[in-house]
Amino acid sequence: MHLSRLSLTDFRSYADAVLSPGPGLVVLTGENGAGKTNILEAVSLLTPGRGLRGASLSDMARQAGAGGFSVAARLLPPPPFKGGDRGVGASLEEASLMAPTVPTPSHSPEGEGGIDIGTGILATAPERRQVRINGATGSATALGEWLSILWLTPAMDRLFTEGASGRRRFFDRLVLALEPSHATHAARYEAAMRARNKLLAEPETADPAWLSALEAGMAEHGARIAEARERALAMLGERLAAQADGPFARAGLAFGGWRPAEDAESAFRAELKTARGRDGAAGRTLAGPHRTDLLVTHLAKGQAAEHCSTGEQKALLLSIILAHADLVADRAGRRPILLLDEVAAHLDPSRRTALFARLESAGGQVWMTGTERALFEGLGGDATLLTVANGNVHHG
Amino acid sequence: MASPEIEALTQALARLPGLGPRSARRAVLHLLKKREVALAPLLRALDAVNDKLAICSTCGNVDTTDPCSICADTRRDPRLLCVVEEVSDLWALDRSRLFPGHFHVLGGRLSALEGIRPEDLSIDKLIARVAVGGIDEVVLAMNATLEGQTTAHYLAERLETYPVRITQLAHGLPVGGELDYLDEGTLAQALRARRPVV
Repeated sequence: MHLSRLSLTDFRSYADAVLSPGPGLVVLTGENGAGKTNILEAVSLLTPGRGLRGASLSDMARQAGAGGFSVAARLLPPPPFKGGDRGVGASLEEASLMAPTVPTPSHSPEGEGGIDIGTGILATAPERRQVRINGATGSATALGEWLSILWLTPAMDRLFTEGASGRRRFFDRLVLALEPSHATHAARYEAAMRARNKLLAEPETADPAWLSALEAGMAEHGARIAEARERALAMLGERLAAQADGPFARAGLAFGGWRPAEDAESAFRAELKTARGRDGAAGRTLAGPHRTDLLVTHLAKGQAAEHCSTGEQKALLLSIILAHADLVADRAGRRPILLLDEVAAHLDPSRRTALFARLESAGGQVWMTGTERALFEGLGGDATLLTVANGNVHHG
Repeated sequence: MASPEIEALTQALARLPGLGPRSARRAVLHLLKKREVALAPLLRALDAVNDKLAICSTCGNVDTTDPCSICADTRRDPRLLCVVEEVSDLWALDRSRLFPGHFHVLGGRLSALEGIRPEDLSIDKLIARVAVGGIDEVVLAMNATLEGQTTAHYLAERLETYPVRITQLAHGLPVGGELDYLDEGTLAQALRARRPVV
């Protein structure tokens, strides 16, 4: 699936903007602050969650607007052959004028293959996310049935140097794309853990049978979380190991911090039981899958990611995300849309060319931003080039 | 504009679960128009229930007798006891006489975050019923929510020392359910709980 049309209304810096991206690479260029990342953020809202900035919904409405916003898109299945219908470089008006004369493939926007999805908030209910799928009201979770979207943003540059929670969240997003039930287990695990922490805060009245019931829930869901992560790590590791040591840093993945024992569920349950005093004194639970860390190494150098240069760290993240996109495409039968914010600027020309070649050969829609067009010179002619300026986007 | 009395009736009905101001007005109009066939029998029925309303001191069911008609029913199997969270769960299970034994209503579920503790539920009474003896099996029929399952674990642990079989409702495929429409969590649970066909 790719977006063949994206329209933004009162979203961030855009009062009203319409884009017609092609199914392959989509390049957004513009000055700093022109609103390139806002467009990526709009795309990222077409999956469950809070988007690539993790911002609150009311912050996304345009400041001079009425308080609501909407992001709408048309999804099309991938083209049956490379170089299929793509209105490259054509403005919207031209594209729609041309439409009747262009030979219509089975997946034309007017055909039955297209799906309209949209999300946003109403000015009257700014905290409630609205979702429409083909005109009917849907849930944010249902969006995940249509699209998976992965992103790499400059904010993730600190992933390897900051705390484990960021890396854990990053990896859990990758797991979630492979196993949607990961979210349910995580939510239940955390609810049980919060309840246990609350009981342990008053140790003199804590009922041991109640604690043990909560620990049973934590152990059950915690074991499922750990298993899903192990499966995802094994599959991703296999993909990464099979990659050539080419221009990209090949990443080695492993878990650090808390690790499940052989018999995860019963061992974790026993561990929690013996740790009641310690956790009660600490005011939180000190062991469990919420204390697992993701360790990344630069395989060719045999160096831990946190000791690599900024550029190498970026390349490591990129190699993980690309491998993951391949994995999801194989397993779920649909390639995730990639949002690569300011990625090209951090790569030298040879790595840039290699990245573009790899993205083009893998297929799938990839949105990239950069301050100048020169960064994207190595791109093939199929890419959609968009310029962002003054709260507007135009083709070319 | 209706008189204050009619308005008070409308407001009282509007607060009932499943009703709102609009349905309440419709109901009131119906009662006023059909005073003899609708209003008078309703009044008598309400009065009778209000008079005799009782909470069963054995199981916690709501009825007009104490012990309730289920506890007093000698055709039921006294060796089977089914524990539920709420009276509505008891009624759901008893609607078609699915369960041949007796019931026990907890009056809620454990929730550390909402401050619902074991002593707030009818748990000591349950233990006392089991401790008396004569019960072979306790069926824990809690909701499949985290809090429901925590409560079931808790009860299982408290009942461990008594010579009773403790069972739990199965989780998985609903009858008539299509795999295609099930969420992954339910499917995974159904797979884990698979069993031999013969």
